[in-house]
Amino acid sequence: MKEMIWLIPLLPMLSSLALMLGSGSFSRLIIGVLGVGSVGAAALLTLLTGLDFLAQPEPYTVSLWTWMQVANFSPGISFYFDGLTLVMMSVITGVGFLIHLFSTEFMEQDASYARYFAYLNLFVAAMLILVMADNLLLLYLGWEGVGVCSYLLVGFWYQNSANGQAARKAFVVTRIGDTAMALGLFLLFTSLGTLDIQTMLGVANSKWQVGDLMPLIACLLLLGGAVGKSAQLPLHTWLPDAMAGPTPVSALIHAATMVTAGVYLIARTHGLFELAPTAMMVVAVVGLATSLMAAFTALMQSDIKRILAYSTISQIGYMFLALGVGAWTAGIFHLMTHAFFKALLFLGSGAIIHCLHHEHNIFKMGGLRRKMPVTFWSFMIGSAALAALPMTAGFFSKDQILLQAYQLPEYGVWLWLGGLVGALLTAIYSFRLVFVVFYGKANTQPDKDVGWRMAVPLSLLCLLSLIGGYFIIPVQAVFPLSTDGHPAHWVEYVSISVPVIGVIVAYLIFYSKRLDVSRLVQSTVGSRLGDFWRIGWGVDYLYDRLFVRPYYGLSALMKSEPVDRFYGWVVSINQCFNYWLSQSQNGRMRRYLVSIIFGLIVLLMLALQLTPEVF
Amino acid sequence: MDAIPLNHILLVSSLLFCIGALGLMIRRNIIFILMSLEVMLNAAALAFVAAGAHWGQPDGQVVFLLILSVAAAEVAVGLGLVLQVQRRFKSLDMDRANRMGG
Repeated sequence: MKEMIWLIPLLPMLSSLALMLGSGSFSRLIIGVLGVGSVGAAALLTLLTGLDFLAQPEPYTVSLWTWMQVANFSPGISFYFDGLTLVMMSVITGVGFLIHLFSTEFMEQDASYARYFAYLNLFVAAMLILVMADNLLLLYLGWEGVGVCSYLLVGFWYQNSANGQAARKAFVVTRIGDTAMALGLFLLFTSLGTLDIQTMLGVANSKWQVGDLMPLIACLLLLGGAVGKSAQLPLHTWLPDAMAGPTPVSALIHAATMVTAGVYLIARTHGLFELAPTAMMVVAVVGLATSLMAAFTALMQSDIKRILAYSTISQIGYMFLALGVGAWTAGIFHLMTHAFFKALLFLGSGAIIHCLHHEHNIFKMGGLRRKMPVTFWSFMIGSAALAALPMTAGFFSKDQILLQAYQLPEYGVWLWLGGLVGALLTAIYSFRLVFVVFYGKANTQPDKDVGWRMAVPLSLLCLLSLIGGYFIIPVQAVFPLSTDGHPAHWVEYVSISVPVIGVIVAYLIFYSKRLDVSRLVQSTVGSRLGDFWRIGWGVDYLYDRLFVRPYYGLSALMKSEPVDRFYGWVVSINQCFNYWLSQSQNGRMRRYLVSIIFGLIVLLMLALQLTPEVF
Repeated sequence: MDAIPLNHILLVSSLLFCIGALGLMIRRNIIFILMSLEVMLNAAALAFVAAGAHWGQPDGQVVFLLILSVAAAEVAVGLGLVLQVQRRFKSLDMDRANRMGG
């Protein structure tokens, strides 16, 4: 099996290629079989490889060929396989397969069915390359590949120019982070002489001391890339807009896989981050701040997909928090469970949107519980897992993160408290969603319920969201053992009870209406704060004023090419001289003669003036 | 015989030269241009002869003979060119032969 792992990214890539080249000539059935089948086959291969690996847990590298050979720089097309890779690949191919299956029904009526699956398969291939790469350059290839696919899929319905705008925003904002990451790669290569991840970590360990400046700079640059890709502060603004894409795309790219690439990157280079405690602290603080900010914003949104988008930002913030406090396993574990329940929620919202004729506003829904039972239970389970109610998948992972944050010396308690506030908010906004959409008065009638191609992925993801917490991810060999020892029992009780309190609050406000918050919301401060959260803390506005408008202004100024004006003068002076001199070359012999004679006279006069003694 | 002063002869010679040059510049007819050229040559020749006579040297007359033959040759070539110009441009106007214009 080991030698065959290159087949796993190759299959979706080939299928994507086939769909791109033959898009016009395939029937919908063939497109579906190709698109879903290739990812399904990749998932199957991943399963086989994984079983192989679990029987004999030795990390290995499979080298295919040398990509390029320039002096002492020779990155290879080679894949590294260990527990972390296995977890990521399982999530990508497994959840990816379910989302592909879901898409066949969701996109059934779309004219660009083949194009959709071509992009989606290409994305899966690029994402697999990203997580399987054994050197940072190949990882960067996958990294940019998923960026391109994200751009293509966000702008999938390109006829609407707003979607194109959102796609460009997603692309440009992540590109800012990618630039930082590229600089980080240059720095790592010039100072360590290799981009091969495992070798690099070894060299870094022997060359640098804990707390040195170089690893700090390198880590911060890598973090810049991670922040861009994973939509963390301050580069998070693209993700809510990226919801312009089809909903299964949001589920696959903007919830389960691509946006967690930053988490993967940091986890993969954890050896480097451990050399820079300051960078770790920055990761934790960025994660916590993002998590809280996004949670507050999610509380005020009314677009079902934007709620989920902000919740994704918030949950990835949790993963960053975990990475920052050194809870590597917990971070990756949360990545996996989050992929399950967030894909579930997104697919659920996709089902609602599909059945309600592209309705996104949750206040125009309501009472869908009886009409769409499968979707209702999906949302119930997904939200429970998102809120980290006990016994769901999210509970185990989030609990681990909070407990490990608490155990961190000095500022650990503050991180823990912040995490708790985030957990409370998460519970409130996720169950606000459930109560508003599925209970109460029905405002719209769905004209259909989901078909089997939607129901099966939803049910399977429900199952995963419930039992995913009991999985033991095989990453013990990858990460250093985290600090063991249990904190006091009350800490655990608090961590468990906070989400429950959140659900009760949501119940009281949005279901039974016992808790009336209208006066609070309508008060001056309350409404101001609410509006502030609704627009995402004004970050978009700020960036618009700080960067976008000055840039437009500058480009308007540059449109007249002020720098070129100087060279324009040079040109026109030359043209002027050219005109004059070409007048003298008029072919009239007599004129030439005149100038010769005048020249002669001038020369004679000069000679007389300068050397009178000769005459 | 009272010798004419050299200065006077040189004055006539340079006057002739200037007349020739002026004709060269302002005449359009190619035959007149050739004739102006002859005038200039002869102005130079006159200066040589006068100078030779002044210093009692034969060189002046030798150079005059040389100039005479050069003038003959020049007229031969020049008239050939005149024929060609006439044939090409159907005119003797030098300004019509301006194909060298840049």
